[in-house]
Amino acid sequence: MVVAEELAKQQRSISVAEFFEKNKHLLGFDSPTRGVITTVKEAVDNALDACEEAGVLPDIFVAIRRVDSDVFRITVEDNGPGIVPENVPYVFGKLLYGSRFHQIRQSRGQQGIGISAAVLYAQLTTGTPAVVVSRTGAKGPAHRFELMIRTETNEPDILAHEEIDWDRMHGTRIEIQFRSTFAAKKRLLDYLRYTAIVNPHARITADIDGEVTIFERVSGEVPPCPKAIHPHPHGIEFGSLKRIAAGSTQTLGEFLVSNFSRVGKKTADEIIGIAQLKPTRKVRALDAEDLKRLLDAMQRVKIPAPPAQQCLSPIGEDLICRGLEKEIQLDFIKARTRPSTVFSGHSFIIEAAIGYGGRLPAEGSALILRFANRVPLLYQQGACAITNCISEVNWKNYGLGQQGLPVGPVLIMVHVASTNVPFTSESKDAIASIPEIEREIVLVLQELGRELKTYLSRRARRKQQDDRARAICSIIPEIAAKVSEIVELPPIDTSPIEGRIMRKLVAKKQTTEGRVRIDVHNYTAQELAFTLYNLSSDEAKDAEPRPDFVDALDGEYNKVWRCRLAPGAAWQVTYSGTGGGTLDLRGVDDAVKVVVDLDV
Amino acid sequence: MSKQEMDALAKERLVDIAREWYGQMCDGLVPFIRLPTRTKQNIEYDDENEVWKYGERESTRSATSEKSAVHLLKMAYVIGFLKQQLTENRSSTLRELYYISEGWKRAKFAAQDESNLLVEDLEILTDMQREAFHLRPEEDGASIFGPLRLRESTRRGVREIHCQEDVGEAGYPIPNNVDAIEFLGHDARFVIAVETGGMYARLMENGFDEEYRAILVHLKGQPARSTRRVLRRLNESLGLPVVVFTDGDPWSYRIYASVAYGSIKSAHMSELLATPQAQFVGVQPSDISDYNLPADRLTEQDINALRAELTDPRFATDYWRHQINLQLEMKLKSEQQAFASRGLDFVTKEYLPTRLAEMGVI
Repeated sequence: MVVAEELAKQQRSISVAEFFEKNKHLLGFDSPTRGVITTVKEAVDNALDACEEAGVLPDIFVAIRRVDSDVFRITVEDNGPGIVPENVPYVFGKLLYGSRFHQIRQSRGQQGIGISAAVLYAQLTTGTPAVVVSRTGAKGPAHRFELMIRTETNEPDILAHEEIDWDRMHGTRIEIQFRSTFAAKKRLLDYLRYTAIVNPHARITADIDGEVTIFERVSGEVPPCPKAIHPHPHGIEFGSLKRIAAGSTQTLGEFLVSNFSRVGKKTADEIIGIAQLKPTRKVRALDAEDLKRLLDAMQRVKIPAPPAQQCLSPIGEDLICRGLEKEIQLDFIKARTRPSTVFSGHSFIIEAAIGYGGRLPAEGSALILRFANRVPLLYQQGACAITNCISEVNWKNYGLGQQGLPVGPVLIMVHVASTNVPFTSESKDAIASIPEIEREIVLVLQELGRELKTYLSRRARRKQQDDRARAICSIIPEIAAKVSEIVELPPIDTSPIEGRIMRKLVAKKQTTEGRVRIDVHNYTAQELAFTLYNLSSDEAKDAEPRPDFVDALDGEYNKVWRCRLAPGAAWQVTYSGTGGGTLDLRGVDDAVKVVVDLDV
Repeated sequence: MSKQEMDALAKERLVDIAREWYGQMCDGLVPFIRLPTRTKQNIEYDDENEVWKYGERESTRSATSEKSAVHLLKMAYVIGFLKQQLTENRSSTLRELYYISEGWKRAKFAAQDESNLLVEDLEILTDMQREAFHLRPEEDGASIFGPLRLRESTRRGVREIHCQEDVGEAGYPIPNNVDAIEFLGHDARFVIAVETGGMYARLMENGFDEEYRAILVHLKGQPARSTRRVLRRLNESLGLPVVVFTDGDPWSYRIYASVAYGSIKSAHMSELLATPQAQFVGVQPSDISDYNLPADRLTEQDINALRAELTDPRFATDYWRHQINLQLEMKLKSEQQAFASRGLDFVTKEYLPTRLAEMGVI
């Protein structure tokens, strides 16, 4: 008894702010380096969400400046709709305050923890307040706040509030200072680059201690903002059912139709029938036993999937490709968006892309890019269902090496868009292993694998053709010259061999003793019209015939000839020069032409 | 055939290859060559000559890919170079050929191996030896010690040499061009080819050559062509039995095989280089247990080499299958000098007399 009373003196409620102060790692603030990334990520997520809601093309500025040896100031500014002054202190100075928690639709942020957790982290490490500037429109002034969080009560503490002039018409800017390092610089740029890839409509400018990087937008269209939908009967749990029922004044029949998605009169009657309840009863009056029966009946009735087109916003195949190509140079890229599906009543769509070659490193494991609701996932790759699915696919079938993950110059991007992305933890690093999601990921990867295989085999065939073309058009003439010398007979003309084997339009460039010579032979059966581009440092003033026009750029000259050749005919140009550069034939199909540069 | 005739023939045959390509290209064909496949799978036993030679399998090398075309280009350059060398009556080593190719741009050799293989291709195509192209091998020949008198025509005149009386402790060094040697007479009963220098010196020191009237030939590891040709000629023209004495490990068995059956690399001239009657003395795997020789454990590579020998047609006899399987069971190998564990005289007083008598050589 005495002990219990003693204990009772210590027992008190814990504020959510206090809880997270002690458990920073749960929110992604486990180390100072990671803190930078998490802060930027939370602020950028909010900015993108806000712009999307307002239908504005996002223009986001991120800056990180060293203010003291280990103190950094992080600034994130957007051109979103702004926040009304009354709400600013709560959005940034109170955990679990947000607009999207109760909505069923795809969004980046959800719980309203992220940015206020960053504010909390800042005051914990440097004791400085967060500075927030927000303006909601051209008519009103901007408001500047200095904010901290009272951890005991989880309430905002406004240290200063003033109206100021701001050059932005609308938008929000937050400045936070905390102890950290620059160790995460590369990761941070990766994060911004990946964010730019899945948000092709956003322009992101990053200024990291004076070094400016701009991720330009490739699309001028704001993606439609996903609309909130009612919960799906298959995705609701007892607690939430009880809560909505308690707040309703409707009868059971009306309640089901107006509070759930995909439930009409007929479905409602079916549910009520199975639950053995009266449709005219007020839902408010149902007891726990009744609600349990109702919930059970809701699960047993067959109901179409929730309306994914409304509540989800996939990026789309074309924009994924354009986003990836803009940031990462690739030889091959293919994207797929799967039809929407459902797990436990939550809609989701899987999108994926596969890229090959270009600037990707030739050795080592594939580059894996994971996204959830257009947010890059940077940590815990090994624990993520996406990574597991990638390892599960047999990539050897598709012409890639594999050691767990596929190896080689490959990029695999997977985007999970859902009204409720099942993360393994609150720091939102990895997607939990849900069979329905995994199945969709494996399917889309297999589809893309087949596309890659087609590309790779076509590439191998082309390489073989190139190899053959080099042998025929460049080495055989050398063999012929040497052999003629040995047998002491007149030189052999090897062009008939070329013609017979190649049956194509063959262009050859060769430089000997200061003379550049370009030969084009039409070994096909058709008359061909083409344009010849020769880019090199030679001005070719004495070229015969004269180029149709010459472009001079940065000390290089692009010489262009337009020609037409009958079947079997040949064309030649020579000029004084040092050779090198490039030769290109345009206007004829790739399959019909061969370009051989003997200067290489 | 005189030297001039020989040179003219070599030049003619080399130019014939180029002539063939010239014809092919004039007919609008991509130039090509046909060569036997040079692998273990394509060597066959030639009953007439009792040696292993290349079989029927041929591969065609046509200039339709960059790699093959460059190969032909290199061959053309080598032919051009050899033609000039023969015309000017010069000679060069394989290593020099490799360095000469530096100036051949795209036809330049990437490694010495490549030039060696290419010259072997030319030997096959012309049915002549590289010495006929005035190409000398880099490797120096091994040496002979024993009751043998011979005559060598050198650049500085003709020398008559007795391989016991006129030579030092190192013996008579075999020249690269074995055709320059003429055997004059001998007082030998057999020839014993020895793998290691240590054992060669041991036999010499113990007077084995005098006591058993033996010609000692030092193989110096995998024997050079000249050494193999000397062994063949000692066997063929003097009618002397040849026995081979090596270490007891898979690599040494291959030394024996190249003396007796010819090597896979030069199977095109096995009938010139191989001595089919050559017999293997040891060290046999059974000797290791019979004489309780000090031994090392087989390494992973040794075991793989033994397994490979089980599929090598040259080792497809009951004797070899038995010995190799025995060794795989024992997992042991011994060097020939391991006999020293029983005293320095053991090998010449006990082992070799017993073993050679058993083989019917003495």
